[in-house]
Parts: sequence; C-alpha cells; structure tokens
Amino acid sequence: MSVAQPPPPLLQMSGITKRYPGVIANNKISLDVKAGEIHALLGENGAGKTTLMNILFGLARPDEGEILLDGKPVQIADPADAISRGIGMVHQHFMLIPVLTVAENILLGAETMANAVFLDRREARRRIIELGKRFGFEIDPDAKVETLSVGWQQRVEILKALYRQARILVLDEPTAVLTPQETVEVFAVLRRLAAEGHSIIFISHKLYEVLEIADRITVIRRGEVVGTRQPTETNEDDLAALMVGREVLLAVERGTSHPAEPVLTVENLKVKSDRGQEEVRGVSFTVRAGEILGIAGVAGNGQDELVEAITGLRRSSGGTVQLAGQDITSWDVRKRREHGLGYVPGDRQKYGLVLGFPISDNLVLTQYYHRPFARGVQRADAAIEKWAQDKIKEFDIRTPSWSVPAGTLSGGNQQKVIMARELSRELKLLVLDQPTRGLDVGSIEFIHKQAVHKRDGNTGILLVSAELDEILELSDRIAVMYRGEIVALLEGRPKANKEEIGLLMATGGRAHTEGSPNDTSGPSGATPDTSIRRETA
Amino acid sequence: MISRPRSYVGRLVVPALSILLALLVASLLIIASGLIGPEKKINLLLPLIAYRSLLAGSFGSLKGVANMIVAATPLMLTGLAVGVGLKAGLFNIGATGQVLMGGFTAALVGVRMADASPAIAIPAALLGGIAAGAVAGFIPGFLKAYTGAHEVVTTIMLNALSQLAISGLVNDVFRAPGFSFARTAPVGNAALTGIGGTNLHLGVLFAVVCIPLSYWLLWRTTVGFEIRAVGANPTAALYAGMKPRRMMILTMSLCGAFAGLAGAIEIQRLGYYPAVFGTSIGFDGITVALLGQANPIGIMLSGLLLGAMRAGAPLMQIQARVPVEIIDVIQGVILIFLAAEIVVRRIFRLRAPSAGAGELQTITRTYGEKVTG
Repeated sequence: MSVAQPPPPLLQMSGITKRYPGVIANNKISLDVKAGEIHALLGENGAGKTTLMNILFGLARPDEGEILLDGKPVQIADPADAISRGIGMVHQHFMLIPVLTVAENILLGAETMANAVFLDRREARRRIIELGKRFGFEIDPDAKVETLSVGWQQRVEILKALYRQARILVLDEPTAVLTPQETVEVFAVLRRLAAEGHSIIFISHKLYEVLEIADRITVIRRGEVVGTRQPTETNEDDLAALMVGREVLLAVERGTSHPAEPVLTVENLKVKSDRGQEEVRGVSFTVRAGEILGIAGVAGNGQDELVEAITGLRRSSGGTVQLAGQDITSWDVRKRREHGLGYVPGDRQKYGLVLGFPISDNLVLTQYYHRPFARGVQRADAAIEKWAQDKIKEFDIRTPSWSVPAGTLSGGNQQKVIMARELSRELKLLVLDQPTRGLDVGSIEFIHKQAVHKRDGNTGILLVSAELDEILELSDRIAVMYRGEIVALLEGRPKANKEEIGLLMATGGRAHTEGSPNDTSGPSGATPDTSIRRETA
Repeated sequence: MISRPRSYVGRLVVPALSILLALLVASLLIIASGLIGPEKKINLLLPLIAYRSLLAGSFGSLKGVANMIVAATPLMLTGLAVGVGLKAGLFNIGATGQVLMGGFTAALVGVRMADASPAIAIPAALLGGIAAGAVAGFIPGFLKAYTGAHEVVTTIMLNALSQLAISGLVNDVFRAPGFSFARTAPVGNAALTGIGGTNLHLGVLFAVVCIPLSYWLLWRTTVGFEIRAVGANPTAALYAGMKPRRMMILTMSLCGAFAGLAGAIEIQRLGYYPAVFGTSIGFDGITVALLGQANPIGIMLSGLLLGAMRAGAPLMQIQARVPVEIIDVIQGVILIFLAAEIVVRRIFRLRAPSAGAGELQTITRTYGEKVTG
C-alpha cells in the first residue's frame, strides 16, 4: 500500500459529452468532487448542468466520457443503480407524498423490513431520528409531510438520500424555494454533512450563495467547463462574467427616484381566492409615478390575488383600486390597460404568452384590435410583422424569425417578448410580477435595466417578487406582505435591511415591531403612507 | 433551446398516413367480404377492383364529379362546424343536432314559402336553417361559458333532444296528409334542384363561400385572432383583455350556423322533412375536421375526399359487389388512426411534433374547467 499516493477523488466525471439533435448539451465536461467537499456547479439556464447531473444519476447516457467512483470506472444504468452506488439527488421540485408521514416518505422505495411482510417502523424511526440528530436537525418522523414548511420538506428530501446511504448528494437549486432564514439553516446542514465526509454537488445560478457555501466552483457555459475557482480567489463579477461570457452589471445603475403624483392607490382592498378564502385582507398602499414599490413576501401570502385584483383578472370583495385618480375597481382588463396599466404576469406561460402563436402575434396580444395592427375587423399583417421585427431588434430577442412559435424560445427570451409588449406603450403603472423567475443572470440584468429605465420615464412600478434580493435591488420603497396583510412599509435601498425584511416575511414581524412602531419607516415625505402599517398590522 | 416548428408538410403526414392505413385495413375486410358475397371465395385482388370502381364512380365522369361535390358540400359544412370550434378549444359533438334543427327550420320556412319565387324561397329557407343552427349552437356555448357545463356532454344531450322533439313534431303537428309515412309538406319552390342535368345545386355555392370565409375570419380578422387565442390559451386571452366567455358563445353559435346550413341544404335537396331523418353528416364532420387538421382548406380537401367515397360507393357495390358500408368502415378507421396519432407515428417511425398543441388535445383538455371573463 503506497502512502504517498493521495486517495482518488470520490467522484470523477471526465470528458462527458452528450449530444441531442442539433445541440451539444455537454461537451467534454470534466468534474471531480473530493470527499467532504461542497462543489458548486454554476451556469445559466440551458448551460448543461441538469444534463450532466442526469447522466450522473443514470437518467441519461453519455455519448462519450466516463464516470469514476473511488477511482474505478462505473456504468450507471438507472437511478436505482445510482442510489445503490451512494449517489443521492434532491430535486428542485420535491418528490414527496404530502399525505404520508416523514418516515413513510423516507421508507418508500428503501423499506426497512421486520420480516417478509411487515415494515420495521420502530427501527426506521430510530434511524431517522439518529440521522437527523447527527446532522443538526431534529425531525418528527410521524409528522405528515403536508404540515411541514418548504424548508423542512427539503430536509426530508436530504434525509431520504442519507437514509439510502448517499455519499454524494446532488442538490438542484435548493434555495430557489426558501426564505433567507431557511437558506441559512439548510446551509448549516450542508456544512455539517460535508464535515462528516459527504460530498455535495450544489447546483445554482445565485452567485453570492455559491461564494458562501462552496469549497470549489465549476462554471459551465454552453455545455463546456469555462473555469473552476476557489471562492477566495474570485468574486460575483468574475463569476458572472465567466457564466455569461461577457461583463455583466450585477447592480443596476439607478439614480434616486423622483416620485410624483400617485398612479396607483389601493385602499382597504380585500380579495378572495378561488376557494372563497380571503387571501388579501384589507391592504392599502400607494405607488407614485417615477418610483418602484416592491412587495416582498414568501410566495402564497396573498400577492397573486393582490396583483390579479389590481390588473382586473380577479374581482375584489372589498375596498377600492384607483389608477391615476380614477376608480377602476369595477373596470375590466381591457379598460384598465387602455388607461395606462401594463402587466408582466408571474406565470409567463399561463398568462403572458400563447405558446403556439408566432412571436409577432404575442407581441400584439394586447393591442391587436386597434390601429396600426388592425383596420376595422381586418388584421394588418404587414404592420404587425414590421412591429415584431422592430421589437425583436430593440429588445434583443434571440430568435431565428418573428414567425416561430413563442413556445420555442428560451425562458429569458419569452420574458423579453412580454417585456417588449408591455413596455412599448405609454404607461402610468407597470405591474411586474416575478419578472425574473427562473431566468439567468444575463436576462435578469436586461429586465432590471428596462424596469429602471421605465421608472425614470415617470411610470410607477409595482414589483412583486419572492426573490428578496430582487426587491432590495430595485425598490425605492418596500412593502412586506404576510398572510394577506401589509405588515410593514420600509425605505428601499440603501437603507433596507435584508435580515429585518427576511424576518418580517417569515413571521409578519409582530413580536419584532410591536414596541417600536417607527423603527422601520423612512424619513417622512418619502413614505407618506407609513401610518398604514399600524392600521393593517 | 430552439426547436423546429411544425411545417405544413409535417402537418399533412399523419392525415395522409391515416388514410393509407385505413385503406389497408379496409382491404382486409373487403377480401374477407368475398366469403359472404355471391362467389364465396377469397379474391386477393378484390380491394383493387373495389377501389378502382370507387374512383371511377367519383372521378370517372362529369356526373360523378358533380355527385362528389354534392356529397362533399354538407360534409365540408359540418367539418367547419367541428373544426372552427376546435380552434376555439371547443369540441362540438353536437353538429348532428344542429343539422337537424337547421334542416327542420328550413323545411318549415320552405313549406310556408312553397309558392314564392325560388329566388326568395331558397335563400329564405337556407337562412332559416342557418339561424336555427346558430341557436342550437348558442345553447351549449352559453352553458359552457356561464356554468362550466362541458360542451361534449350538453351537445350530446341536445342531439337526442332535437332528434326526438323534431321527430315528435313531424309525426304530429307538422305531419302532411296523404303520405304513407310521417313527413312534412313539400318545400315547393324552396327545393334545391339539380342544374344542367347533374345533381349540382345552388346550395353548393353557399358552402363554397363558407370555406374562404372561415379562413378569412380565423386568420385575417381580429375576431378570428381572439377565437384562436381563447382556444390556444384561455388564461392568456383573459390577461390580454379578451372575453373568453363571449368568444366561446360566439364560436359555438357560428359552428351551429354552419351545421344548420348543412341541414338546410340536405332537406331542401330532399324536398321535405321526414320524421325519421337519419343522417350521419353531423358525426362525419368530426372525421372531416380532424382529417383537415381543423384548417378550412384542409376541411375542404377532406370533405371532398369523403364526398368522393360516398359518390363512388354505389358503383363499387355494382362492379365489385362490395357493400357500400365499407365506406363507413374506412371513415371510422381513419378517425381511429387520427385520434391515435401516437400509433401512426410509431408505425412509421416519425418524430413527435415539437411545438404547438394539436387540435386533438382539445378533446381531452378543458374538461370540467371553469371559464372566467
């Protein structure tokens, strides 16, 4: 036994190439992960991260290249094979059965049997509790998964992999669904796992997270490895440039806002969900021309219903909405749009686009019925085509032609089509709902720039985002929504405090703000309606 | 990632192969039919003989071509009645009922105006049929829009309702005396009679106008844009400020109008309304619409194809002694293969279409969905 030889890396993927018709998803990708290492895989959407991990997990076969575990080449036939070799995968969308308990979910597919017929539930419970303790979280094996928060559900997924004795854990964008606090907690768990000798492959496109958690960072662009970095020798700008292939402005250049007259006034608005539950419970706020009001909040706290009531997709059950001084509460969608309301919807495929329609039709989806796109009842195809060509150029929509279906575009380009459509009008108010969800750094930069540009053109912007960093980045003022109410109205950058807002998002801040009603409000004038905070909280 | 859009040629592949497969399946049945035929033996060439006489019967003579066009006319119209609905995301299975309503109303108008000049009587009866069909389409459209009742269920129920109600009325209230079976009085001058020694009639003109008209409506007008947007993505249509409910009602009424016109033409050709008016053109419209990919031009072509088979069938029966019912079999098998697009693609190792939802999905989608706006 030679002592001088360092042990081989736990996992080596070398020269992995995977071709799909017309695309090389992975081109000679090499990646090695040591025992106890947290290795981040960074890349834009469509860069090939998922393909590479699917190959590792046996969901796809590489055309070239090999995978070595403990220095020995292996062929991974399918996910069951991958699991038996100690590879565990935590998907972005959890693979849990909500009505079953934690223990039942973990046992599913890896049953611990007492005999040929019955499960050994006691032994299973003991092992789950022990595993949890070892990695710093105590979990009740008998809790139903549906009663757990998203953060805890993720821990169940991690436990599931550990229960199957995973040595290599792949986490696909694990923080996408978490609040900042939950992210901190999950990071602690990951560090503990690494300290115990587990290897973690952490897939993300959030730069600061990767810098915080990873021991090494491999950046993939267009199917190729473009660099590997230590967090100590790099920074966000460097990584972004590697990822996108050019310099990227992470922080949007934005001057101070010059808020003018109110363009949106919401008073004591109440909105019910489809199931008849009151999801928005008496919300009041104002958006002024030339400012961005950000609504922060964990998804599902009434933001969707609020946006739908403002844009006319949903009837409100109480209160009023005013657009530039006019009461629009009972107006339909079209009338609101004609009076200067623009809306970039949160679900771009369900609401924002008709995927089977050409890009040109999608670019006029809200304006097809009037000049110059229509003459009487007849469509003016030439004008629509010309408009589409102009917008494709202006908004840098990457497409072979204006006539291809919008469904064939990447997510970022789909969002650009919607932005082009909504922003190419005189607007009083622009509602941006999750404008960069699922998009890569390059597209985010573009969309943020456009939003600020529109603000500087004296449009009021209501920004709703589950991405707290986006809210902090863009907002002149920030409202925090919790359980259908606005629990705080704060000054935006640079005064906003991320931890404080994160706490407000998670708890509503009742304990936190009770004794000091004024600690979060900005200087008077900038936030004329701070009083609302007490009223609704 | 950019994937290839579905090309026009690509759209034709599955319908063409479905027809081919249907002819092959029917060949087996034709060969087998030899066993029960007068000769009681297997003749492997019988399908060729049958198909040749089928062609001869429809394309072999000017009269045959005229017959083909006359047979194709109502099929194109019911094809539009189903196809335009599919574009709006609606599966109109009620063409049958709409045909009956249209035909019956045309008969009533025709009987009333039996002595008026044909120049007035014929269009008046046709318009009556169109209006009645539109009402018959409006009902399921309204129910779908405001209660969420699925049009497949309501139109099937309306089919039975129209058939029984009309047949009851003809047996009783509108029964004309002096005939051995229950029927209305003759429509007189509203009857569509053959022109120039063929079976061609004025109604063909109406149908021929409907094809370019619906093409223009769907692809060249803002209303058509709304119909297609509601069909392709009702939530996006709502977001864009369209009124999905209104579009559904409008589209169903339009579909009913097409079917009503088809019914009127058939009845005015016949000259009266019989209590038992068994017609399959309503359901045949489904085959025509799907074979034509819900596109007006495609519907015209597939209407002509099925019309040719109908027109040629009698000659086939005489020459090859193959029963005309084989046409129903061919039509049915075409429909099965169209519906089972996956099977056809498997057999011929075709790649699945990359983008764009097919009209067939309409049939299974939107079930129990509540419409807003």
